[in-house]
Amino acid sequence: MKVLYFAWLRERIGKAEEEVDPPASVVTASDLIEWLRGRGEEYALAFNNPKIVRVAFDRTHVQPGAKIAGAREVAFFPPMTGG
Amino acid sequence: MSEVRISEHTVDTTAEAAALSGLTNAGALVTFSGICRRDEDGSPIAALFLEHYPGMAEAEIERHVEEAKTRWPLLGVRVVHRTGRIEPGETIVFVATASSHREAAFAAAEFLMDYLKTRAPFWKKVERAGGSTDQWVEAHDKDNAAAARWRKPKDAAE
Repeated sequence: MKVLYFAWLRERIGKAEEEVDPPASVVTASDLIEWLRGRGEEYALAFNNPKIVRVAFDRTHVQPGAKIAGAREVAFFPPMTGG
Repeated sequence: MSEVRISEHTVDTTAEAAALSGLTNAGALVTFSGICRRDEDGSPIAALFLEHYPGMAEAEIERHVEEAKTRWPLLGVRVVHRTGRIEPGETIVFVATASSHREAAFAAAEFLMDYLKTRAPFWKKVERAGGSTDQWVEAHDKDNAAAARWRKPKDAAE
Protein backbone atom coordinates (compact mmCIF):
# COMPACT_ATOMS: atom_id res chain seq x y z
CA MET A 1 0.00 0.00 0.00
CA LYS A 2 0.97 3.62 -0.46
CA VAL A 3 1.56 5.62 2.73
CA LEU A 4 1.60 9.43 2.76
CA TYR A 5 2.92 11.77 5.44
CA PHE A 6 2.12 15.46 5.83
CA ALA A 7 3.42 18.52 7.71
CA TRP A 8 5.72 17.67 10.64
CA LEU A 9 5.22 13.93 10.16
CA ARG A 10 6.66 14.30 6.66
CA GLU A 11 9.55 16.39 7.98
CA ARG A 12 10.41 14.01 10.81
CA ILE A 13 10.24 10.90 8.63
CA GLY A 14 12.08 12.65 5.82
CA LYS A 15 9.78 11.60 3.00
CA ALA A 16 6.34 12.50 1.69
CA GLU A 17 5.30 9.01 0.60
CA GLU A 18 6.44 5.42 0.28
CA GLU A 19 5.21 1.95 -0.63
CA VAL A 20 5.04 -0.43 2.33
CA ASP A 21 4.14 -4.09 2.67
CA PRO A 22 3.23 -4.72 6.32
CA PRO A 23 2.69 -8.26 7.67
CA ALA A 24 -0.79 -9.75 7.95
CA SER A 25 -0.83 -8.99 11.70
CA VAL A 26 -1.23 -5.28 10.81
CA VAL A 27 -5.01 -4.94 10.63
CA THR A 28 -5.90 -1.42 11.81
CA ALA A 29 -4.45 2.08 11.38
CA SER A 30 -3.10 1.84 14.95
CA ASP A 31 -1.37 -1.44 14.10
CA LEU A 32 0.24 0.23 11.11
CA ILE A 33 1.52 3.10 13.29
CA GLU A 34 3.03 0.58 15.74
CA TRP A 35 4.66 -1.32 12.90
CA LEU A 36 6.05 1.88 11.33
CA ARG A 37 7.44 2.97 14.72
CA GLY A 38 9.65 -0.08 14.67
CA ARG A 39 11.22 0.86 11.33
CA GLY A 40 13.65 3.45 12.66
CA GLU A 41 14.35 6.45 14.83
CA GLU A 42 12.73 8.90 12.42
CA TYR A 43 9.45 6.94 12.53
CA ALA A 44 9.62 6.59 16.32
CA LEU A 45 10.06 10.37 16.56
CA ALA A 46 7.23 11.12 14.12
CA PHE A 47 4.84 8.77 15.92
CA ASN A 48 6.05 9.40 19.49
CA ASN A 49 2.53 10.55 20.40
CA PRO A 50 0.26 8.40 18.22
CA LYS A 51 -2.87 9.79 19.90
CA ILE A 52 -2.57 13.12 18.11
CA VAL A 53 -1.91 11.62 14.67
CA ARG A 54 -4.87 11.73 12.27
CA VAL A 55 -5.48 9.03 9.66
CA ALA A 56 -7.19 8.88 6.28
CA PHE A 57 -7.86 5.82 4.11
CA ASP A 58 -8.25 6.61 0.42
CA ARG A 59 -8.72 10.31 1.22
CA THR A 60 -11.42 9.84 3.86
CA HIS A 61 -10.96 10.51 7.58
CA VAL A 62 -11.02 7.35 9.75
CA GLN A 63 -10.57 6.53 13.43
CA PRO A 64 -7.28 4.88 14.50
CA GLY A 65 -9.11 1.61 15.16
CA ALA A 66 -10.42 1.42 11.58
CA LYS A 67 -9.48 -1.68 9.61
CA ILE A 68 -7.18 -1.04 6.66
CA ALA A 69 -8.92 -3.81 4.69
CA GLY A 70 -8.52 -2.88 1.02
CA ALA A 71 -7.31 0.72 1.41
CA ARG A 72 -4.81 1.60 -1.32
CA GLU A 73 -3.66 4.92 0.16
CA VAL A 74 -3.13 5.51 3.87
CA ALA A 75 -2.28 9.05 5.02
CA PHE A 76 -0.94 10.21 8.38
CA PHE A 77 -1.02 13.87 9.42
CA PRO A 78 -1.27 16.23 12.39
CA PRO A 79 -4.55 17.88 13.46
CA MET A 80 -5.59 20.25 10.70
CA THR A 81 -4.87 23.98 10.89
CA GLY A 82 -6.22 25.40 7.64
CA GLY A 83 -8.77 28.13 7.08
CA MET B 1 -24.12 26.32 -8.34
CA SER B 2 -21.00 25.76 -6.34
CA GLU B 3 -17.27 25.96 -6.87
CA VAL B 4 -14.40 24.74 -4.72
CA ARG B 5 -10.88 25.74 -5.68
CA ILE B 6 -7.43 25.34 -4.19
CA SER B 7 -4.90 27.76 -5.58
CA GLU B 8 -1.37 29.05 -5.12
CA HIS B 9 -2.40 32.42 -6.49
CA THR B 10 -3.74 35.55 -4.81
CA VAL B 11 -7.52 35.41 -4.29
CA ASP B 12 -9.46 38.20 -6.04
CA THR B 13 -12.25 38.43 -3.46
CA THR B 14 -14.17 41.07 -5.44
CA ALA B 15 -14.31 38.87 -8.54
CA GLU B 16 -15.20 35.79 -6.45
CA ALA B 17 -18.12 37.63 -4.79
CA ALA B 18 -19.27 39.08 -8.12
CA ALA B 19 -19.58 35.55 -9.50
CA LEU B 20 -22.45 34.94 -7.06
CA SER B 21 -24.02 38.39 -6.80
CA GLY B 22 -26.00 38.10 -10.03
CA LEU B 23 -27.80 34.87 -9.12
CA THR B 24 -31.50 34.92 -9.85
CA ASN B 25 -33.52 35.23 -6.67
CA ALA B 26 -30.51 35.75 -4.41
CA GLY B 27 -31.51 38.14 -1.66
CA ALA B 28 -28.43 37.63 0.47
CA LEU B 29 -24.75 37.17 -0.25
CA VAL B 30 -22.38 36.52 2.66
CA THR B 31 -18.65 36.59 2.06
CA PHE B 32 -15.89 35.71 4.51
CA SER B 33 -12.16 36.23 4.02
CA GLY B 34 -9.64 34.65 6.37
CA ILE B 35 -6.57 36.90 6.25
CA CYS B 36 -2.96 36.24 7.23
CA ARG B 37 -2.26 38.22 10.44
CA ARG B 38 0.94 40.17 11.04
CA ASP B 39 1.46 38.48 14.41
CA GLU B 40 1.11 34.92 15.63
CA ASP B 41 1.24 34.22 19.38
CA GLY B 42 2.36 37.77 20.06
CA SER B 43 5.37 37.98 17.75
CA PRO B 44 5.61 39.23 14.17
CA ILE B 45 5.64 36.83 11.25
CA ALA B 46 7.15 37.11 7.77
CA ALA B 47 4.70 34.69 6.14
CA LEU B 48 2.60 31.56 6.54
CA PHE B 49 3.26 28.46 4.51
CA LEU B 50 0.18 26.37 3.73
CA GLU B 51 0.56 22.66 2.97
CA HIS B 52 -2.39 20.51 1.85
CA TYR B 53 -3.30 16.96 0.89
CA PRO B 54 -4.11 17.26 -2.85
CA GLY B 55 -7.27 15.40 -3.75
CA MET B 56 -8.49 14.95 -0.19
CA ALA B 57 -8.59 18.70 0.54
CA GLU B 58 -10.91 19.37 -2.42
CA ALA B 59 -13.03 16.28 -1.66
CA GLU B 60 -13.42 17.19 2.00
CA ILE B 61 -14.49 20.78 1.24
CA GLU B 62 -16.88 19.59 -1.49
CA ARG B 63 -18.43 17.10 0.92
CA HIS B 64 -19.15 19.92 3.37
CA VAL B 65 -20.52 22.16 0.62
CA GLU B 66 -22.98 19.35 -0.24
CA GLU B 67 -23.82 18.98 3.46
CA ALA B 68 -24.46 22.75 3.70
CA LYS B 69 -26.80 22.54 0.71
CA THR B 70 -28.89 19.88 2.44
CA ARG B 71 -29.15 22.02 5.59
CA TRP B 72 -29.91 25.43 4.05
CA PRO B 73 -31.63 26.59 0.83
CA LEU B 74 -28.49 27.85 -0.89
CA LEU B 75 -28.41 29.30 -4.39
CA GLY B 76 -24.65 29.41 -4.68
CA VAL B 77 -21.45 28.57 -2.79
CA ARG B 78 -17.82 29.41 -3.54
CA VAL B 79 -14.81 28.30 -1.51
CA VAL B 80 -11.25 29.23 -2.44
CA HIS B 81 -8.29 28.13 -0.29
CA ARG B 82 -4.74 29.30 -0.82
CA THR B 83 -1.68 27.06 -0.51
CA GLY B 84 2.02 27.88 -0.55
CA ARG B 85 3.61 31.01 0.88
CA ILE B 86 1.17 33.68 2.06
CA GLU B 87 2.25 37.06 3.40
CA PRO B 88 0.48 39.16 6.05
CA GLY B 89 -2.57 40.93 4.64
CA GLU B 90 -3.19 38.29 1.97
CA THR B 91 -6.33 36.16 1.91
CA ILE B 92 -5.84 32.54 3.02
CA VAL B 93 -9.41 31.37 2.57
CA PHE B 94 -12.53 32.84 0.97
CA VAL B 95 -16.07 31.55 1.46
CA ALA B 96 -19.19 32.99 -0.18
CA THR B 97 -22.75 31.77 0.24
CA ALA B 98 -25.85 33.07 -1.53
CA SER B 99 -29.44 32.46 -0.56
CA SER B 100 -32.87 34.08 -0.79
CA HIS B 101 -32.59 35.28 2.81
CA ARG B 102 -29.72 36.23 5.07
CA GLU B 103 -30.19 33.62 7.84
CA ALA B 104 -29.28 30.71 5.56
CA ALA B 105 -26.36 32.56 3.96
CA PHE B 106 -24.84 33.57 7.31
CA ALA B 107 -25.30 30.14 8.88
CA ALA B 108 -23.92 28.23 5.89
CA ALA B 109 -20.82 30.44 5.67
CA GLU B 110 -20.08 29.90 9.36
CA PHE B 111 -20.73 26.16 9.09
CA LEU B 112 -18.34 25.87 6.14
CA MET B 113 -15.58 27.84 7.89
CA ASP B 114 -15.92 25.87 11.13
CA TYR B 115 -15.66 22.55 9.30
CA LEU B 116 -12.94 23.75 6.97
CA LYS B 117 -10.70 24.62 9.92
CA THR B 118 -11.03 21.26 11.63
CA ARG B 119 -11.67 18.71 8.84
CA ALA B 120 -10.05 19.92 5.63
CA PRO B 121 -6.44 18.65 5.37
CA PHE B 122 -4.42 21.87 5.41
CA TRP B 123 -1.51 22.72 7.72
CA LYS B 124 0.03 26.09 8.48
CA LYS B 125 3.68 26.75 9.16
CA VAL B 126 4.85 30.10 10.49
CA GLU B 127 7.87 31.76 8.94
CA ARG B 128 9.10 34.18 11.61
CA ALA B 129 10.36 37.66 10.87
CA GLY B 130 14.07 37.72 11.63
CA GLY B 131 14.83 34.24 10.36
CA SER B 132 14.33 32.04 13.44
CA THR B 133 13.18 28.44 12.89
CA ASP B 134 9.83 27.93 11.17
CA GLN B 135 7.12 26.46 13.39
CA TRP B 136 4.00 24.44 12.63
CA VAL B 137 0.81 26.02 13.96
CA GLU B 138 -0.92 23.89 16.60
CA ALA B 139 -4.62 23.08 16.36
CA HIS B 140 -6.85 25.06 18.70
CA ASP B 141 -9.50 23.51 20.94
CA LYS B 142 -11.78 26.48 20.26
CA ASP B 143 -11.90 25.51 16.58
CA ASN B 144 -13.03 21.99 17.50
CA ALA B 145 -15.66 23.45 19.82
CA ALA B 146 -16.87 25.75 17.01
CA ALA B 147 -17.26 22.79 14.64
CA ALA B 148 -18.92 20.61 17.29
CA ARG B 149 -21.92 22.94 17.61
CA TRP B 150 -23.08 22.00 14.09
CA ARG B 151 -23.16 18.28 14.83
CA LYS B 152 -26.45 16.51 14.55
CA PRO B 153 -27.40 14.15 17.42
CA LYS B 154 -26.55 11.05 15.34
CA ASP B 155 -22.95 12.32 14.94
CA ALA B 156 -22.40 12.75 18.68
CA ALA B 157 -20.51 9.47 19.02
CA GLU B 158 -17.83 10.50 16.50
